[in-house]
Amino acid sequence: MEQKIYDYLLQLGDNSMILGHRLSELCAHGPSLETDIALTNISLDLFGQVRHYFQYAAKLGVAGKTEDDIAFLRYAHEYKNCLLVEQPNTDFAYVIVRQFFYDLYHLHLLQDLTESQDKQISAVAHKSLKEVKYHSRFSSQWMKRLGDGTAVSHEKTQAAVDYLQPYTAELFEMTPVEAELQEAGIAADLMAIKDRWQHDVMELLKEATITYPTNEFSHSGGKKGVHTEHLGYILSDLQYMQRAYPEMSW
Amino acid sequence: MATKADILKYLEEVKDPEIPAIAIEDLGVIRDVQINDKKVHVQISPTYSGCPAMDMMEVEIKATLQEKGFEPTVELVLYPAWTTDWITEKGRAALEKYGVAAPLGESADKRALLGEAQLVKCINCGSKNTQMVSQFGSTACKALFKCNDCYEPFDYFKCLK
Repeated sequence: MEQKIYDYLLQLGDNSMILGHRLSELCAHGPSLETDIALTNISLDLFGQVRHYFQYAAKLGVAGKTEDDIAFLRYAHEYKNCLLVEQPNTDFAYVIVRQFFYDLYHLHLLQDLTESQDKQISAVAHKSLKEVKYHSRFSSQWMKRLGDGTAVSHEKTQAAVDYLQPYTAELFEMTPVEAELQEAGIAADLMAIKDRWQHDVMELLKEATITYPTNEFSHSGGKKGVHTEHLGYILSDLQYMQRAYPEMSW
Repeated sequence: MATKADILKYLEEVKDPEIPAIAIEDLGVIRDVQINDKKVHVQISPTYSGCPAMDMMEVEIKATLQEKGFEPTVELVLYPAWTTDWITEKGRAALEKYGVAAPLGESADKRALLGEAQLVKCINCGSKNTQMVSQFGSTACKALFKCNDCYEPFDYFKCLK
């Protein structure tokens, strides 16, 4: 059971870590000072939450790994984040749409995890939920502002929604470990979350005058460790220090 | 043997590294203190998950107690999660004096941050004719406001519930 909880913690942490990294790339590159600060603040929150997951995973001691080993010393196929969060910061609309899709998923996921039978997972969820409410408020407001803004912002937002929507189905795929942990009352039921997510997304897109794509096709693989090429570039940046100077610390 | 009150008295010296005007005790970060002779166990609760000040607070708590001859240990407790309701009256006054507007209640905070109502008082002139500039400010716990009367920009400590 501990091995399964360990795997689950890594998967929860990987989503937030890779998205946190993507947002950190925008530090000093945001379209305005306020959005720059907001995006990096969100990145910081996500990294803080990742530390809670990885510290707990390290404490379980199943793999004899430290928090830093888990974060920095795995190969690409060992990261189990969804493909959505590794998609690049193509333009500001992509950044906001990716964040919006993920924030609403994250919000519902954490709400359910506050009820987890695993006390530490529940505690992390209680803590993180308060922060993620701010994230989703930020991304939802920007969705409306961009979608219902100028002709150019509308067009770019619609393009980002069309491109990123096929990556959202994977958020709700249950791995065998998740299914088993859900039976035990530890993991969240992603199918139930999907309905709530879909409802919220539709409502907001309507306000933002954006059309939800009708296509049925979806990308998947990240949760099994099969990633888009983007992850390799992220890891080469993220892992550089630990690979160049093994066991370095501050 | 030292009492809990003694330890808390010593810990009044430990300030928030990001807002040095407020003691971490008044910030509501210290959850419990257990004492066994020279061994002192302090439980603290992080304000924000990614707050870089937490590591610093831990170091300073340890240093302060070591100086008094104790053997301190510090534990991070996540649940119940920290809320701005735990900031004491003294802490709120210290924040305002330092130049950071103290958090409003939950619903007022939301209306202020969404720009639906002017509820945050300017820290410089006291006017409520203020405007939210950014929901995220210089640190994770703050939002940026400006006053439309005296034009002073200022930080507002966000409500976290």
